[in-house]
Amino acid sequence: MTVIPGGSRSRLDPEATPRRDWLGLTALWSMVSALSFGFLGALRLPKAAVVAAPSKSFKIAIPEALAAGEALVPQGHAAAVFRDEEGVYAISTICTHLGCVVKPNAEGFECPCHGSRFDKTGGVVKGPAPRALPWLQVRLSGDEAQIDEGKTVPGGTKVKSA
Amino acid sequence: MTSAMTEFFGNLRAAPRRILEAAFRGGAPTTDRTRSTFIFGNVFLHLHSVRVHRWTLRWPATMGLGIATTAAFLITLVTGVLLMFYYKPYPEAAYQSIKDIHFVVPTGRFMRNIHRWAANVMVVCVLLHMARAFYTASYRKPREFNWLVGMGLLSLTLGLSFTGYLLPWDQLAYWAVTIGANIAQSPREITDALEITEWFDPGGFQRALLLGSEIVGEEALIRFYLLHVMVLPLALVFLMTIHFWRIRKDGGLARPDDVDQRLGPPEGEVYPVFTQAPEKTYQLAAIVRGRTPAVGSGPENTVPSMPHLFYAELGVMMFTTLVCVALAIVSDAPLKELANPSVPENPAKAPWYFLGLQELVSFSAFTGGIGIPAIVLLGLGLIPFLDRESAGTGRWFGGPGGWPLVQRALLVGFGAALAVEALVIRFGWIREWFPAVGQLVVTAINPGTILTLIYGAYSVWLVKRHNSARAGALGLFTCFLCGFLVLTIIGTYFRGPNWVFYWSPADWPKH
Ligand code: HEM
Ligand code: FES
Repeated sequence: MTVIPGGSRSRLDPEATPRRDWLGLTALWSMVSALSFGFLGALRLPKAAVVAAPSKSFKIAIPEALAAGEALVPQGHAAAVFRDEEGVYAISTICTHLGCVVKPNAEGFECPCHGSRFDKTGGVVKGPAPRALPWLQVRLSGDEAQIDEGKTVPGGTKVKSA
Repeated sequence: MTSAMTEFFGNLRAAPRRILEAAFRGGAPTTDRTRSTFIFGNVFLHLHSVRVHRWTLRWPATMGLGIATTAAFLITLVTGVLLMFYYKPYPEAAYQSIKDIHFVVPTGRFMRNIHRWAANVMVVCVLLHMARAFYTASYRKPREFNWLVGMGLLSLTLGLSFTGYLLPWDQLAYWAVTIGANIAQSPREITDALEITEWFDPGGFQRALLLGSEIVGEEALIRFYLLHVMVLPLALVFLMTIHFWRIRKDGGLARPDDVDQRLGPPEGEVYPVFTQAPEKTYQLAAIVRGRTPAVGSGPENTVPSMPHLFYAELGVMMFTTLVCVALAIVSDAPLKELANPSVPENPAKAPWYFLGLQELVSFSAFTGGIGIPAIVLLGLGLIPFLDRESAGTGRWFGGPGGWPLVQRALLVGFGAALAVEALVIRFGWIREWFPAVGQLVVTAINPGTILTLIYGAYSVWLVKRHNSARAGALGLFTCFLCGFLVLTIIGTYFRGPNWVFYWSPADWPKH
């Protein structure tokens, strides 16, 4: 500890801050605030502005033989496509619980991970899934359906070819 | 020969001894003083104090669990560095490189097995070590901070296991991490129900932070890899250093007040205490807080750490190594097929120590994956600050109630967990009874929260009955331990495809 001559106060005593320490403190706090702002900016680093991801939109031909309410699950996509009298629709097969892939069955869908069950419209009937399976956007051109896994539509939206 | 040559050969002959002397100043640890210099002259050893209490060296005092954890960590460190020579952190290459390590690299499979087993041994030991510190009431003043450091170590140990789990990029890894990342996202269960996710989405943020992308892909793998091989091990070493240093600064390990009567006079050979007059005077002593040192008399009932403590530590480390190597010889680390994002493993199981959590998560993602773990961590952290008593420190099941209380708590803990599980497995839960029920109801009222409430109520009752916070803590800790065991065992052995309960894997449907 440095003792200021003529007084009993130490340099660490805030009431005795001499002028040259005031300069030092200003410098110190400027640095602290600059670093804090820099740090806040760096918090954005973990999330890239553009994230590379495979395209979520795909095309699929719907076979004549597809019965009403029968699920068509295209290889490599997380969607089940259906057709009935009212039109074509697609339901996401990503479980709303923790993201496993659900499998269509006779009553609707079942999830292998924690046993969630969904009915034919994707509504939860059992298990921990908090929400219904979302319905996906479908656009028709002739026999082909264009499905976008990234865009959801209200449940019950079925599309008929014009 | 010239005298210079004689001297040269003399020096050459003396070189090995002198190199040793240069490294370990003070000479062979044969007297009390050189045994001390051996320790405080060495940057690693001086984390220990120079003398250690005889109480601490008794096997039941620690069961060597902290050192066993340390040893397991050192083993993963060495084998992990060796694995890094071949491992490639890029999706399909990762899988291929693990395959190479397993089938092509000489001793690669052995190293991988040891690494995997040592990681498991480390998790087991750290849990047992925590239970030891708890049941011997060793977390009390002045050791509260070391208990908190210990909780940091526990989290880091589990974090290391979880991040390591993704690296092989097989089906097991991919789906465990998909589930883990979505648990991080599960605060959405609440924000969605309140319809505020658009503005306030901590769940989405956590998931994005972990994965660096919307999918479990190359960004996620490089993040997990970096955490696994750099960030978490460095943090662990950092905290471990503090942990060990604090043990010394807290006056060694916790002991009962009447430790001298309990121990009785030492049997057999005792090294003399401070038979030589000190060479230095320690002015530092003037500014170190503490009780007055007992001037003129040696510290009672202590023995030099070198050799007593070190040989005990060495023994535990050798035994831990033996166990890891033996396990690695008899059992291979698993490697399933290459990760396939469109077909989940069925059942998709996390590593065993997370299966209790997975069981909870199968009731509600947020409650099981974040809510209850947070409550448990908070509760654990508060223990040393709520229990300010002194009866029973340093003794197994010390404190009001003691072992009989723990026995009853075991009954309550196992009984409640089994009853709640049996109920759910037999009759299902709210959503099956009332399909229209809101998600917030399921999040708040589910088998996990009910079990937590039962345990909490029981321990509050214990606090009242024994008029002691320690009694409540003994009950609560024991109950949660039972709950953890029951849920983990059910998740590991009794859950099959679609997370359906089966008495044995032989009953699983074939597909
Ligand atoms: C990587 C993890 C850990 C390592 C390597 C480690 C290592 C150690 C070691 C070597 C000791 C000396 C006594 C003994 O061997 O038992 C010790 C003591 C202690 N540890 Fe840990 N530990 C870890 C995690 C924990 C955890 C999770 C807790 C509790 C939350 C904890 C709390 C304590 C306390 C309170 C002591 C002092 C015990 C006493 O005074 O008797 N440690 N630790
Ligand atoms: S991910 Fe489907 S039930 Fe858990």
